Amino acid sequence: MRADRKKDFPLLRDNSIVYLDTAATSQKPECVLKAESEFYEKYNANPFRGIHELGEMATEKYEEARQTVQEFIHAKEPEEIVFVRNATEALNLVAYSLGSEILKPGDEILVSIMEHHSNLLPWQQAAKRTGAKVVYLECTQDGHFTEEAFQKAISDHTKIVAMTHVSNVLGCKNDLKTFAKIAHEHGAVFVADGAQSVPHMSVDVQDLDVDFLSFSGHKMFAPMGIGVLYGKRALLEKMPPFLCGGEMIDSVTREGAVWAEVPHKFEAGTVNAAGACALAEAIRYIEKIGFDTVEETESRLTKLAMEGMKQIHGVHVVGSPKAEDHHGIITFTLDGVHPHDVASILDADHIAVRAGHHCAQPLLKHLGISSATRLSLGIYNDEEDIHAFLKSLAEIRRQMGYAE
Amino acid sequence: MQNKTFYNEILTEHNLHPEHKHALDDANLVLEGVNPSCGDDIWLKLKVENDIVVDGAFEGDGCAISQASADIMLDLVIGKTKDEALKLADLFLKMIKGTVTDEELEELEEASVLQDISHMPARVKCAVLGWHTMQEMLDEKD
Repeated sequence: MRADRKKDFPLLRDNSIVYLDTAATSQKPECVLKAESEFYEKYNANPFRGIHELGEMATEKYEEARQTVQEFIHAKEPEEIVFVRNATEALNLVAYSLGSEILKPGDEILVSIMEHHSNLLPWQQAAKRTGAKVVYLECTQDGHFTEEAFQKAISDHTKIVAMTHVSNVLGCKNDLKTFAKIAHEHGAVFVADGAQSVPHMSVDVQDLDVDFLSFSGHKMFAPMGIGVLYGKRALLEKMPPFLCGGEMIDSVTREGAVWAEVPHKFEAGTVNAAGACALAEAIRYIEKIGFDTVEETESRLTKLAMEGMKQIHGVHVVGSPKAEDHHGIITFTLDGVHPHDVASILDADHIAVRAGHHCAQPLLKHLGISSATRLSLGIYNDEEDIHAFLKSLAEIRRQMGYAE
Repeated sequence: MQNKTFYNEILTEHNLHPEHKHALDDANLVLEGVNPSCGDDIWLKLKVENDIVVDGAFEGDGCAISQASADIMLDLVIGKTKDEALKLADLFLKMIKGTVTDEELEELEEASVLQDISHMPARVKCAVLGWHTMQEMLDEKD
């Protein structure tokens, strides 16, 4: 069955490519591409500056987008949504700005071993600047953090906990609600990375009670260059700015400045208003499909892929053997074949997957592998894509000269 | 299934059964070559006497392209003078850049199976790893 959804995506509609690399970046539906160009065609002016009709419209569109994001992740108010370039920038903002505000020598930052480098390196740097220490929370081989392990790793020295919602390698979902509660009992701030969860499942920041949540637009059908940092208002207000410059001040003198209110304090310089409008359109696109359909499709295809992979000699799935633990992300190794060779051979059959360390070197080391191949799903994938992948994967070892 | 990969028999044979992948205790030139994109990590070992590469070997891990390319390279350069080995490295890099002539290609013998890698920019570093490492080793001796 060929998903009708492919017709929404110009690149997939006009191309024979089997795209299984959505966790790296998603393809873009036509409505999103139109929303971005519509901003430039109809509303283009520099938001917040122009005392003219267009400037006001640009500001209005940008702030409407902020509200769309707020409602999408169930934040209390739009001021808690900061537009940034991507999840990486969001996490650097928090690590730099919150880090400089609350970290002191001897403090601890508890970072899960499962993190993408973007939720790890900023904390290593914050620790270096402030004299704090990074402590790692380790997971089991199938990608699970036990409550006991978390209780053991956290202490009253812990000021910040950094944890991803869904792992970009293992696909597993972490119980943020439970861990945020424990973190708060120790007086720590909980920073969650939603880059792999927000595009694929309903996320309610108030229910999870995380203090910060980062995500990228480009992994959820929006263009590259627009992302979001959610932060609780009280914390955002306490934090110093990350970047300084235009449109983030109330007043400037020769000696200093009074910062603008949140979220503008964190949005220095000309913003990506067209990107924000396109992100809002991407959210409307997801909501039109509905997360029930998204999750049903992705879990059905995950199951189909994993069952097929089990039949192929030499394939080992990294993490949980259960399909329901994978959320559309399946990372695997193939005996005797380097992941980059696996990806190149799949590529020759026009199948796009990711190979390498997936920007999570400490996790791979913890799991005892140096690199792996990953397929990741999106709403536009269908059974045909999975069958093409399985057919090609089944031939790789033979193509590399093995008997089976 | 027929597809357009360059993983042909020569390449896979050198990857699965590399003749020169072993220790070389009497090597007098040893250098590590690393390709961070694939995680290829090889140790190239050469025994050079009177400007002649009398023996050579490599150890380490990596993708099929890096492994086969290093093995094919050693096949070619063992027994050659330093200058001849460096000239072959030049030709190999010219081939990857797509500026090699047909005559030059013949001199590269089996290494010419890697010619198509020039169409795969992401994998060029794998193919040239051994050759670059050898260039560095032999140039340094001057």
